[in-house]
Amino acid sequence: MKTFAKLFSLISVKRQHGCAMGGKRLEFLLYFGDVFTPVNFGLLLIGTIGGLILGATPGLSPTMAVALLIPFTFKLEAAQGLILLGAAYTSTVAGGAVSAILLKIPGAPANIATTLDGHTMAQKGEGAKALQLSFVSSAIGGVFGVMLLIFLTPVLAKWALAFGPSHLFWLAILGVTIIGSLDSSSVIKGLLSGCIGLWLATIGFDDIMGAQRFIFHPAVSGGINVIPALIGLFAIPQVITMFAKGRNDTTAEVITVKKQPVMDSIREVIKRRRALGIGTAIGSVIGLIPGVGGQIAGLVAYDQSKKFSPEREKFGTGHSEGVIAAEAANNAMVGPSLVPLLTLSIPGSPTAAVLLGGLLIHGIFPGSDLFDNHPDVAWTFINSMLIGQILMCIFGLYVAGLAASVARVPHSVMAAIVLGLALFGSYSVQNSMGDVYVMASLGIGMYFLERFGFSAAPLVLGLILGPIAEANFVQGSMIANATSGLGPYFLTGTLNLTLIAVVLASIAYSVWMELRQARYTTKDDAVHKEEAL
Amino acid sequence: MSDLPRNQHIIASGIVAGVGISVCYLSYTQQPSEAFTFPRLISTVFAVLAIWTFGKALLGKTKVGNGLSMEAMTRITPGLLVMLVYIFWAAKALGFYTSSTIAFFILLSLYDPAPHSESKSWIRRALITAGFLAIMYGLFAMLLNVYTPREFFN
Repeated sequence: MKTFAKLFSLISVKRQHGCAMGGKRLEFLLYFGDVFTPVNFGLLLIGTIGGLILGATPGLSPTMAVALLIPFTFKLEAAQGLILLGAAYTSTVAGGAVSAILLKIPGAPANIATTLDGHTMAQKGEGAKALQLSFVSSAIGGVFGVMLLIFLTPVLAKWALAFGPSHLFWLAILGVTIIGSLDSSSVIKGLLSGCIGLWLATIGFDDIMGAQRFIFHPAVSGGINVIPALIGLFAIPQVITMFAKGRNDTTAEVITVKKQPVMDSIREVIKRRRALGIGTAIGSVIGLIPGVGGQIAGLVAYDQSKKFSPEREKFGTGHSEGVIAAEAANNAMVGPSLVPLLTLSIPGSPTAAVLLGGLLIHGIFPGSDLFDNHPDVAWTFINSMLIGQILMCIFGLYVAGLAASVARVPHSVMAAIVLGLALFGSYSVQNSMGDVYVMASLGIGMYFLERFGFSAAPLVLGLILGPIAEANFVQGSMIANATSGLGPYFLTGTLNLTLIAVVLASIAYSVWMELRQARYTTKDDAVHKEEAL
Repeated sequence: MSDLPRNQHIIASGIVAGVGISVCYLSYTQQPSEAFTFPRLISTVFAVLAIWTFGKALLGKTKVGNGLSMEAMTRITPGLLVMLVYIFWAAKALGFYTSSTIAFFILLSLYDPAPHSESKSWIRRALITAGFLAIMYGLFAMLLNVYTPREFFN
């Protein structure tokens, strides 16, 4: 630790003298020492170990885990809070593999593909090997993903400087529509969820005129606070889903694992580098596309790895390539999913949307000037994610046994714990009962909406991006009224037209996919009816 | 699609359409109009999409979402009632720690698969509740210094 502190002081001197090693591209190295200060490193450890345990718990998704952790970051500095949240994000995705392998219950949707071969390996007595393969490949994929984040973010941030109010307005709308159309099972309902979120964001006092808007209860007089809303929208539906299981004992049997040398697994991952490469590449690309989550990354990587493998017949029978490809992909996705968030304020995934909430409460506004105004916060956070990947791999191998025991916690206990945390967490934001009522109302409403095909992710995006969209819309309207008029200002120009085209293309693609799926479903139904006859 | 989910879809999308139309109406009638320019834009899209969804539900063309079965409703109702009483009344009236202890214990008793006739299972529930309360107190009262509403027993 002393060596790191020495390194930290040296780097501080270099920073003061403006000595940038290799220019802006290597600026992240200047803030590397900040990760190793005792408090920051301690938080990184807590976030990593806690995240691994939370991730292994079925029903606790990474998004929900990060949302529940936000209240614990209030007392911390911005960089410290983000280190905790970033570590939890990274390790909950990896921790989900524990229950996927040992219980056949994916800890998170991102680990669905891992169950296909991972659990079969565990049944064959290779549980330890499957866990080691998953953590090693997660770490390699994750490090590659964070390196992409490090090198792509400043480039895109510079590019984002060319964005004016009309472009930022369309970007915010793009963020809502892309998640609304790609993340939901119904495009219309996804977009409708986004609209509900955008409307909720307008509740309260108008920033310019000071007029009251849609204040139907004193609890929302100050507008809807994002953090209680996030907690409610992600945690409460999960609590009610656990209630719906009733008193059934759903505790799964955990397969015990026997010790095995880690080096053998590292050698296996290196030997299976094709699967590792496919998983890492697919995860990184999918992570960059806003709205496409780790679940898709894992499944696509598994499928492609199977197609390119000379041993494709072994997939599904406990083949190590299946675990390596799926786990490398779902962790490689984490870093790139933050690129659109940190450069354009557009979260790449629901968890990134929650992280955006975490940034905003600390007064950090992501966008083109983030790396100029808060380089210490941004780079310390990104560097901690890099170190977090390695810690996650080291601790994952040791915490797996404990995490598997936590995964057996009955849903009755889990539901009561999450409900208690949701109440205390939402209250602690502003010491306000109004926030608690908002949290509960939104959460209960969301549970019922989800039962009818609506989705929480676009609603949250609408709620977070609503103020950004409105502020840029108002600012753009003022410029437009003084210059070319509203239509030409918002609807012409290469960048505006490109963004509008992407909005329309994402909707059109999702409608096409939905129609195609409906056609296949109808055909399948017809075949089933014929067979029945 | 059986009649139960179809009727549920009609009711759910009808409520959403009702909210959409009300928001749209309020946006266009409230003053000053400058403060409602953005809400008008959003609420128009909101209302159009909500009416479209409602129309699809009326025609029975809704394919997404399974609705709620009677069995699921029966299982949810006790927990939901405890949650509503806990959040909207007990937390403020009894204090956070007292109400959380009671709500935690009731929820555990309602949904714990262990038999209710065994004294051992009741002791286990009481111990888990005590552990939960200790952790919540440690985290929020001692670590984060969160000032919660005055406790009933204070």
